[in-house]
Amino acid sequence: MTKMLVGKVTDIDVKGSRKLQVGDKEIALFKLTSGEVLAVENKCPHKGGVLSEGMVCGSKVHCPLHDWRIDLHSGDVQAPDTGHVTTYEVEVDPDSGHIYLTM
Amino acid sequence: MSAARKKLILVGNGMAGVRAIEHLLKLAPEAYEITIFGSEPHPNYNRIMLSSVLAGGAAMEDIIINDLEWYKSNNINLYTGHTVTSIDTEQRKVTTDKGIEAHYDELVLATGSDPFMLPLPGADKEGVIAFRDIKDCEIMQETSKTHKKALVIGGGLLGLEAARGLLHLGMEVSVVHIHDYIMERQLDEAAAVMLRKELEAQGMKFLLKKQSEAILGKKRVKGLLFADGTVEDTDLIVMAVGIKPNVALARKSGIEVNRGIVVSDYMETNIPGIYAVGECAEHRGIAYGLVAPLYEQGAVLAKKLAGVPTEGYAGSVTSTKLKVSGVDVFSAGRFTEQPGSRSLRYQDEIEGVYKKLVIEDDKLVGAVLFGDTGDGAHLFSMIKNGERIKGKEKELLLGISSDALGASKGNRLEGMADDEIICGCNGVSKGAIAEAIQSGGCTSVGQIKACTKASASCGGCKPLVEGLLQMYAGDNVVTVKEGICGCTTLGRDEIVAEIKRMELKTVKEVMNVLEWSNEEGCPKCRPSLNYYLGMLWPEEYIDEKESRYTNERYHANIQKDGTYSVVPRIYGGVTSPAELIKIAEVAVKFDVPLVKFTGGQRLDLLGVKKEDLPKMWEELDMPSGHAYGKTLRTVKTCVGSTFCRFGTQDAMGMGIRLEKAFERLNAPGKVKLAVSGCPRNCAEATIKDFGVVAIDGGWELHVGGNGGVHVRATDLLCVVKTDDEVLEWASAFLQYYRENAGWNERTAQWVERVGLDSIKQALEDPQERLALVERIQTALSVTTDPWKEIVNTPDLRKNFEQITQPATETV
Ligand SMILES: Cc1cc2nc3c(=O)[nH]c(=O)nc-3n(C[C@H](O)[C@H](O)[C@H](O)COP(=O)(O)OP(=O)(O)OC[C@H]3O[C@@H](n4cnc5c(N)ncnc54)[C@H](O)[C@@H]3O)c2cc1C
Ligand code: SF4
Ligand code: FES
Repeated sequence: MTKMLVGKVTDIDVKGSRKLQVGDKEIALFKLTSGEVLAVENKCPHKGGVLSEGMVCGSKVHCPLHDWRIDLHSGDVQAPDTGHVTTYEVEVDPDSGHIYLTM
Repeated sequence: MSAARKKLILVGNGMAGVRAIEHLLKLAPEAYEITIFGSEPHPNYNRIMLSSVLAGGAAMEDIIINDLEWYKSNNINLYTGHTVTSIDTEQRKVTTDKGIEAHYDELVLATGSDPFMLPLPGADKEGVIAFRDIKDCEIMQETSKTHKKALVIGGGLLGLEAARGLLHLGMEVSVVHIHDYIMERQLDEAAAVMLRKELEAQGMKFLLKKQSEAILGKKRVKGLLFADGTVEDTDLIVMAVGIKPNVALARKSGIEVNRGIVVSDYMETNIPGIYAVGECAEHRGIAYGLVAPLYEQGAVLAKKLAGVPTEGYAGSVTSTKLKVSGVDVFSAGRFTEQPGSRSLRYQDEIEGVYKKLVIEDDKLVGAVLFGDTGDGAHLFSMIKNGERIKGKEKELLLGISSDALGASKGNRLEGMADDEIICGCNGVSKGAIAEAIQSGGCTSVGQIKACTKASASCGGCKPLVEGLLQMYAGDNVVTVKEGICGCTTLGRDEIVAEIKRMELKTVKEVMNVLEWSNEEGCPKCRPSLNYYLGMLWPEEYIDEKESRYTNERYHANIQKDGTYSVVPRIYGGVTSPAELIKIAEVAVKFDVPLVKFTGGQRLDLLGVKKEDLPKMWEELDMPSGHAYGKTLRTVKTCVGSTFCRFGTQDAMGMGIRLEKAFERLNAPGKVKLAVSGCPRNCAEATIKDFGVVAIDGGWELHVGGNGGVHVRATDLLCVVKTDDEVLEWASAFLQYYRENAGWNERTAQWVERVGLDSIKQALEDPQERLALVERIQTALSVTTDPWKEIVNTPDLRKNFEQITQPATETV
């Protein structure tokens, strides 16, 4: 397990996202309206849509390709579709605003 | 049968009485031992459909509602061909003309009406009939085999249906009417005249303002003599001048009778244990002559008999439809003007469409539709609900054309509230049908009919039922679609109205105030709210990027592999060698894997990595076309008079001017334009949202075209002379579209939905047109070049870049 500093909360817009390449994995970081930052594998379980380009509604992201809905906390695809994306642990240092990703 | 059951007798085996019994059997199947007496020799049948039988749309056996088997399986003692001749209200028993006696605990009178026969000398001759039951129908069919000419006295609903039937049977038919126009009880003169013309075109003749005086002939009818001395030869006379409640039995038995048998809100007569329902009953002074109110009465009576609490019957607003093929007539509520009411009319002689709405206290109280009755059910429900329509008058009047109803029935049906009645005859709501499809598993109109009774009577609502079936069973969705998306039950118009009324200024505010069920909405409502807010408050509203689709958020077109494409704007499709060189250099520099001409005459650089987008835009130093957005895309042009030997006008110049004028315009859907230099139309302007075709000395302006999945050719909006006028009309049209279409609704769908005429009308008035032009200019004046903005703003630019590889690693 590696915990790494990947940026600052201000790097991501609210309801926005940023991409991050770690080794051969592409990670998408999202910032919710609440300020919470979440990380998932940037690949839709359906046909590999780039999730970071999707629209964020509440704590779910809608895949830009065919509108599958994925819960960013659990990584679960929402009904009626099924599937799962890997989620990663994220910590935000409240003082410095640094984002740490563990994977 | 158990002796404990109470005895219930129904007199009259018709539509209202048996309907009440059906209800009762559902509510309290064990409560009564039921006996039914009916004068007619048939089981219960659908009287309404006699018109269809006559007109060839149905066979006699199709119109049976409950066959003998039904009576048997429900343990009902049925006596057909028995007329009840007396009621002993003391002993509680009835006697029939065949000498049968039966006791009752509760008695229901549902004796219907008698046709009113004009007391003319000779009215008893052979060949003079009414139009009321199967027997009358059979006489008409028989007569048509041996005779030629028929006269129908009475130009009301029933008379016209009889006449249509006789025409179908091959007879020559004239309708005699005392009034100077037909259907005066349902229609105003304008609609009546249109109807008459339509029926004349079908072969019907009319003798208006004619007072019948005597029926001529020896044994059989030979002719009809009028008060003005003229005579009309005929072999058959059908009297359809009205009905009167059949109250003879009740009167004789000491039951209170006025015009009909007087009943309370619970269908009780003045004699305990005796009820009346249907056409024979008079409730609050009204005896109804249509099925829908009688069914409502039946439902109340059934509850009363079953001991189920009910609010009672409060009277009905009625609506009428003429069931004559090829003619659509609808009327509902009170359609005449009275002091305190006003009316709105719309008349299109060419299309044969007429609409009239009568409004009182900002509420709709009556409506007449001719030629296009698609809105009937909707208007009728508004009349019944008494909802306020202030501000919506024009929309209601111009409504939805029947074309649009055919093409985008889904839209209309989707927007319909759940409790809106689809089948007026049987009072079946949209919700009930939806449920039958979704939970009941109905997959055909027949099954829905069996399950809910929708379209089981006059059948006028069948197209709507079919539409619902398509909508709900088409993809087996379980959720009932309402509103613009799953987050709200509100439709587009309601939302826009609320935004205006409450001056809501952000997406979040709208969702809060209008009680969205998903706090942050979904990709359907968010972009639409973002659009509506921007359209309504162009100068104040700050566009919400996060509420736009990917393409519009990143200002490039996302491809299936997650790469993007860049389409430099080339106004009017006219470029220069220098511009081409620049595009080529950028393509080479960024290793663009594919360069392609688009359908709209632009160059598409495909396969660009997101990170490269800002740099490419920077190097190109030209706006990228909005090749993906709900906005003006391209203006396609031909060479026009500049080079072409046929061209009469400068198509390229006009195209460039239009593209520059409307660049960056936000719209409900994508907008494509084209300009052709002559009617050869090489730029294919007649399948664009706005198409301009040069003619000698002017321009033709076309609207509502689409070359997409549903190809639609444009409609001609108007012809103008000058280039400035082209701009003016294009501006006005686009703004009117922006203000009135639903988000994601292309002009083609929109034009079909609202009808070209309503758009023409809105743009015709020069003042209105200029106001629209002004508003679009305001909207355009605040747009900015998003590419430049991104290139110059690091905070926006960062979103295109990856977060850099983590620098520090800790364990
Ligand atoms: C050709 C035609 C077309 C119509 N089209 C429409 C339409 O499009 N829409 C609409 O809403 N309505 C329409 N109507 C009207 C509609 O059919 C009536 O409103 C409805 O049938 C009335 O129902 P009811 O039960 O009150 O009377 P009925 O259906 O007439 O039933 C009464 C029954 O009682 C029987 N009866 C009477 N007295 C006795 C007695 N003493 N003993 C035993 N039996 C007795 C009669 O024989 C009759 O069968 C149409 C009617 C006709 C004739
Ligand atoms: S539309 Fe007319 S002017 Fe334009 S290229 Fe074709 S023929 Fe020439
Ligand atoms: S790839 Fe994500 S929904 Fe299809």
